[in-house]
Order: sequence, then structure tokens, then C-alpha cells
Amino acid sequence: MSHFSSIKIRESLSLACCTLLHAAPEASAALLDDVEVDSAVLIYSEADNRVSLIEPIVKLKTELEEDQFLSVQMVFDALTGASPNGAQASNIAQTFTSPSGISLYTTNAGELPLDSTFRDTRFALTSTLESPIDRLQKNIYSLSVSTEHDWNSLSAGYTYSKDLNLRNTTVMSGLSLTYDAISPVGGAPIAFEQMLAPGFLQPKDGKKDRNTVDFIAGVTQVLNRKTISQLNYSFSQSQGYHNDPYKILSLVDDTTAVVTGDYLYEKRPDSRQRHILYWKTAHHLTADVINIAYRYYQDDWGIVSHTVDLKYRFELSDKDFLQPHIRYYSQSAADFYRHSLLASELSALPEFASADFRLGEFNTTTLGLKYGRDLGANQAFSSRIEIMRQSGNSQPADAFGEQLNHDLYPDLTAIILQLSYSFSW
Amino acid sequence: MSKLYSVSILILLLSLTTACELQAVKPWERSILAKPSMQLTADEVENALDEHIYFSKEASTGGQSIGGGGCGCN
Repeated sequence: MSHFSSIKIRESLSLACCTLLHAAPEASAALLDDVEVDSAVLIYSEADNRVSLIEPIVKLKTELEEDQFLSVQMVFDALTGASPNGAQASNIAQTFTSPSGISLYTTNAGELPLDSTFRDTRFALTSTLESPIDRLQKNIYSLSVSTEHDWNSLSAGYTYSKDLNLRNTTVMSGLSLTYDAISPVGGAPIAFEQMLAPGFLQPKDGKKDRNTVDFIAGVTQVLNRKTISQLNYSFSQSQGYHNDPYKILSLVDDTTAVVTGDYLYEKRPDSRQRHILYWKTAHHLTADVINIAYRYYQDDWGIVSHTVDLKYRFELSDKDFLQPHIRYYSQSAADFYRHSLLASELSALPEFASADFRLGEFNTTTLGLKYGRDLGANQAFSSRIEIMRQSGNSQPADAFGEQLNHDLYPDLTAIILQLSYSFSW
Repeated sequence: MSKLYSVSILILLLSLTTACELQAVKPWERSILAKPSMQLTADEVENALDEHIYFSKEASTGGQSIGGGGCGCN
């Protein structure tokens, strides 16, 4: 690429960014200085032909003027594969209507029902402007847009931060508003309506939306010359459509637990309130760095979770490093999580019910290894491989009859591969 | 009970944070803290990708920052 065309592209990018954030147009000229580029490609692949994803990402960052930074992050992801639809396995083959309502897919006897029509592409762009108020205070503005065929999202955020105690302490507080416009394939099914075969007129609700307010307050503290720590509290309140329009529940016989062949669309509350505590510390040993994080999460759906994340960076030389990673996550089930509904409940349905595995009780263990190398001239390369495993209770206490023959929470294993390359432009 | 649990966790984290030797670090003593590897989020792109994966596969999300946009993946 010629120097001229490179500058033209940078000018266009900077103008687009400034327009997005309503920054002064003249600021774009400053973007002719160095742009830091972080790029990566992620490949995520689940075992048993479930979900596969490829996700390229590019992040550009530049200093517009002294201590004023603009960054733009662009992500594209493409998913294919099959995803659990919420129905339970059965001793006989089962047939389901696709979300579009015009075709069928079949699950063999004894197998976990997976929606094989699941595929999606998504593009997301996040722009952040860090702007100093004075030597110790700054404003951070962010704007995010995300689009996929059945979901569009727009988010705007503001964070204020201030350094104290000779910059050994930083306090920050922020607020963001998110609007999600949801247009499920074939329309949003009516909660607890029975799934009908293709050709029948399935009652649908059309488009839905959701509003979310997020708040965060945190303090970052330099503990000594080799240790820095951060503690955040976050609160999130969302209102609107929270159902997964593609998830159903099996109706099973009250005495034998045999599937009746009838399936109901799930129903979740129309609001959610989350509280999160997040603590992170980086500590420098003689040469290596240890990074540990813990998150406590609870919401008003009854979910409580704990996440521990540990990274140890071995400095192999002054040019390269090796970083093992371990992450452990454990969550309790949502109050309304059900692996199935009894046929007799049709006459007196619970207030809410979902068989989405992600709302069940399970744990996730991730083990990974990353290698990074400084290539010189402001260039760096890294690669990582991780294996993630999710395990739940395959035989919950309320399982009975035919359910005892099936795994009601099959394990999920996924491989994560990532290649990254950073440079200055 | 869950509130009690939250408060206990908060006290534990604050204890862990303050139990370390607290020293007022002068600007000229920050050579180690200034290293890229010592940033609390040393690799922001990797962090964003991980956040997306776990948001898609688990019920919990957030804690590190706000915003970032929604996604139909969960």
C-alpha cells in the first residue's frame, strides 16, 4: 500500500470516528500521527458438531492531542452449527419446527435435541474517546453499535475518572444506556404457546425490544512498586424482552416422564437486575507477572456465580513469554430453570419457565496457554489455545421415569484458538 | 443470606487488597508498573473476545466495564 493511500484511509477512518463521537472535525487531522493497531482472529469450536465461530477483530487507537485518545474496535463474527433448543432427549425420535415455521428438523432417539438451523453473523463497532479535564481527571465517552439479522443494539456510555494520592489511587464511575431491538426469525413466539407443525398458523408477537441501564463505580490502587489492584461494583437493570425466542420446553407424562411430543415456548421475566463485584490484581515477581481476578455475581432471577481467573506470565526472555491461564466459573440455577414441564402443568402453568442450559446450575473450567513474542519496531505476535469444559447435573433430584435414562445436562467441550498481531501504523 | 454473602466477599476482597504492604509510589518509581504486562487488562482485544464467549455461554456477565453493546447470543 502506498503512503498516500495509507494516509487517505487513516483520514477516512478518523473522520468516521469523530463523526460517530461528535468530536471536533479538526481533531481528525491529528490522526496522521501513529495509530496503534491490535488485530486478532479467534476460532471457537464446540465438540459434537455444535457451535463453531470465527471472529476477526481489529482495534485502532490514536492520540488526538496530548492525553486525548480515540479508539475504534471492529468485530465480525460468523457462527454455524447446532444449538440445544431446550427440549429433553427421548427414547424415540423427535421432530421440531424450525424458528422460521416453514421446515422441520429431527433429533434421533436418545440424542440431545439441537436446532441445526442455527447460524448467524454479527458486526459490532465500539468507539471510545478518552478526554482529559485536567492533569488528574478525565472523561471517557463510548458508543457501540452491533447488528445481526435478528438483533440490533445501540449503547452509549460515560465514565468519569480521577487520580488521587500522587496518582496511586484512581476512582471512577460510569453509566451506560443500551437499547436492543429484537426481531426473531419468524417473529417472537408467544410465551408458553405450543410449538405448531409447519403449515399451521403459529401465533407470533413480531418484534421486541429491551432497555438496559448499567452503572459502575470502582477504585484502582497502586499497592507498592510491584502491585496494582482494582475493585469495581456494577449494577445493571434491564427492562423488556428477555425470552430466548428459539428455546422451548418439553411436556412430559406425569408418571413415566416420556415426552408427549408437545413443546412450549419458554417464558422469562421481563426485567433483570444484576449486582457484580469484580476484583483484579497484577503483581510483578522478579521478572514474571501474576494476574488474578475474582467476580461475584448475583441477579434477581436467583443466579449467583463465582468466577476466578488466574494468569501467570513467564518471561522466557526479554522478547517472548509463555502464559498459562486457568479460569473457573460456577453458577446456581435461575429460580425458573426447568429441564421439562409436566403435562398436568398445562392447566396451571408456572409464572416463568426456561430449559436453557445457560440458566441451569453448572460450572465451567478453562485451561489455556499463550505464547507471545515482541517482534521489534512496535510489532508483537501472540497465539493461544484454550480448552473450555462446561458440566452440569446430568441427573437432578427431580428427574424420574424415562429421564433417568438420559443425560439431562450433557457436558460441553470447546476449543478456543487465537492469533494476534499488533503494530503501529 | 445472599446479602450477607455479598458483604462477606466484599470484606474479604478489601482485606486482600489492603493486607499487602501499602507504599506511596513516587512517579520515578513506576518503571515496573508502567510495563505493558503490568496493566490490569494487558490484552484488551483478548479480553473483549473472552467476554463475548462467556457472555454467550454463561448467565453472568460484566464487572470490568460498562457498555459495549448487546448481542443476540444470549
